[in-house]
Amino acid sequence: MATATAEGVITRASAPNRIGRAVEHWALPAVTAVAMIYLLIPIVVMIIFSFNDYQGKFNFIWHGFTLYGWLHPLDWPGLPNSLTNSLLIAFVSTVVATVLGTLIGLSLTRYQFRARGAINGLIFLPMATPEIVLGSSLLTLFVSTALPPLNGIVPRGSLFPLGLTTILIAHVMFNISYVVVTVKARLAGFDRHLEEAAMDLGANEWTTFWRVTFPLIFPGVMAAALLAFSLSIDDFVITNFVSGTTNTFPIWVWGIIKNALPVQINVVGSIVFLSAVAFVALTTLRSGRAARIR
Amino acid sequence: MSGAAIAVAAPSRRGWRQRLTGATPYLLLAPGLLWLVVFFIWPTIQMFLMSLSSGSLDDGFKLTWSIDAYQTAFGKFPKQMGNSLLYGGLATIFDFLIGFPVAYTVAFRGGRYKNLLLFLVIAPFFTSFLIRTISWKTLLGDEGPVLGFLKHALGVVPADFTVIGTPIAVVAGLTYNFLPFMILPLYVALEKIDPRLIEAANDLYANRWAAFRRVTFPLALPGVFAGSILTFIPALGDYVNATLLGNPQTQMIGNVIQGRFLVQNDYPVAAALSFILMAAILIAVTIYARLLGTEQLTG
Repeated sequence: MATATAEGVITRASAPNRIGRAVEHWALPAVTAVAMIYLLIPIVVMIIFSFNDYQGKFNFIWHGFTLYGWLHPLDWPGLPNSLTNSLLIAFVSTVVATVLGTLIGLSLTRYQFRARGAINGLIFLPMATPEIVLGSSLLTLFVSTALPPLNGIVPRGSLFPLGLTTILIAHVMFNISYVVVTVKARLAGFDRHLEEAAMDLGANEWTTFWRVTFPLIFPGVMAAALLAFSLSIDDFVITNFVSGTTNTFPIWVWGIIKNALPVQINVVGSIVFLSAVAFVALTTLRSGRAARIR
Repeated sequence: MSGAAIAVAAPSRRGWRQRLTGATPYLLLAPGLLWLVVFFIWPTIQMFLMSLSSGSLDDGFKLTWSIDAYQTAFGKFPKQMGNSLLYGGLATIFDFLIGFPVAYTVAFRGGRYKNLLLFLVIAPFFTSFLIRTISWKTLLGDEGPVLGFLKHALGVVPADFTVIGTPIAVVAGLTYNFLPFMILPLYVALEKIDPRLIEAANDLYANRWAAFRRVTFPLALPGVFAGSILTFIPALGDYVNATLLGNPQTQMIGNVIQGRFLVQNDYPVAAALSFILMAAILIAVTIYARLLGTEQLTG
């Protein structure tokens, strides 16, 4: 290598370079395009099959076009109730988890204290634990308060009867960590001089928080809330362990697909997907316009 | 407490305010941490105790410190544990092989389509996990759009050929469901890389491949680490894909845990299995972090 002439080096370097350029220009975009199709195909299938005039109980095979599903989107026993439960749980658990998580995020980013490392670890752990372990350990807690240290004091299963409350407890639990991480990311670049300026101008801590700090971290809090909402409304595994006989939409779907696959599942899925897309598109357009004005 | 209060009694209002300010970080933490301690730490301890108990749901469980549950768990379900490791591992590898080129393309060649491409990557999250998996069942079904076409229109595939109910379908479903978890951390890591570093490598006579191998890839390692644990952990514990796309032979450890807890009410064995799963993940993540040497980057 060391004795190679300048020309030798150039020719040897250029052949891999040519391959490298071909890879960058053709192979990478091609792989990306295929991956995008792979990611989107099940969604396209879901939307197409929401128009399927299927025969029998299972909406698996294409038989012809119909608008029946879209005209009767909730026409299946148990579906409206499970949707109401899902929305209620997602809303309440989002509000609670966002408040608790934002407080933790504030504390961790702006105060120095000894237990910070341990607390960061505690926040990380639920995200690194498989959902099935989170769900099953909560179920163990909820039904077996008769184990130490509560045996003899609390009758078994009476502390947390399975239902809406236990689902809410579980959803808040797994959402807190995600909120903390999202809010912390937003607070990382926070300029504390702005708060000091407000205090110098005579604002007390409360006013400073609501007039300066909160408006600045609001986008992060909002992002955390949206993440929490979508995690909650889609959760199946943990909910399945702690729901008892209460249905959320995913639990209802899981229960029904053993015996039937109604077109309404596709319709509701499509409505959720399309409204999420519309929401993202609208907010992007709005923030894009705001950026241009600025 | 009261002695301290008397000592600072002179500037009394200030003293209280200062002490309150000193407690602020803990007051902010308290409610959220309490929630995590009561509904995450305590249940984990309860589950550990449960795995050492015996009894039944109707008669109540007694803590007997017996390891029977662990013996049953290891003795009866080695096949399901193996399936979990195999399918979870394969899905993680496939996700990496698909995800890295995608993340690289979006980060370095995305241009003005970068946000659109990222949006497409997270678009599956706007649909329920269960519905996406059901979609795969439709898609890969014996008479579905893919196989139906190949069988009847083209005739290149025998009529009794089937994908649903095979390990292939399970791995495909797992790979699909966790792919965004691989792409996003990889993208974040690659996006952070200063392009001048790669230019510097080129100036120092590194060809594209050498620059990638010696500069880009090492700098992307935190993303590789985060992406693979975010993919591997949920894939290892999943039972939805194995239930919907597999058959009884392709059951994973999650299926057993789910069945023992919710159908058979055999809590001690189920708790033991959950604990083994947790321990396996902890060990795997530690070894992996050591191998990549990125443990300081995850905190």
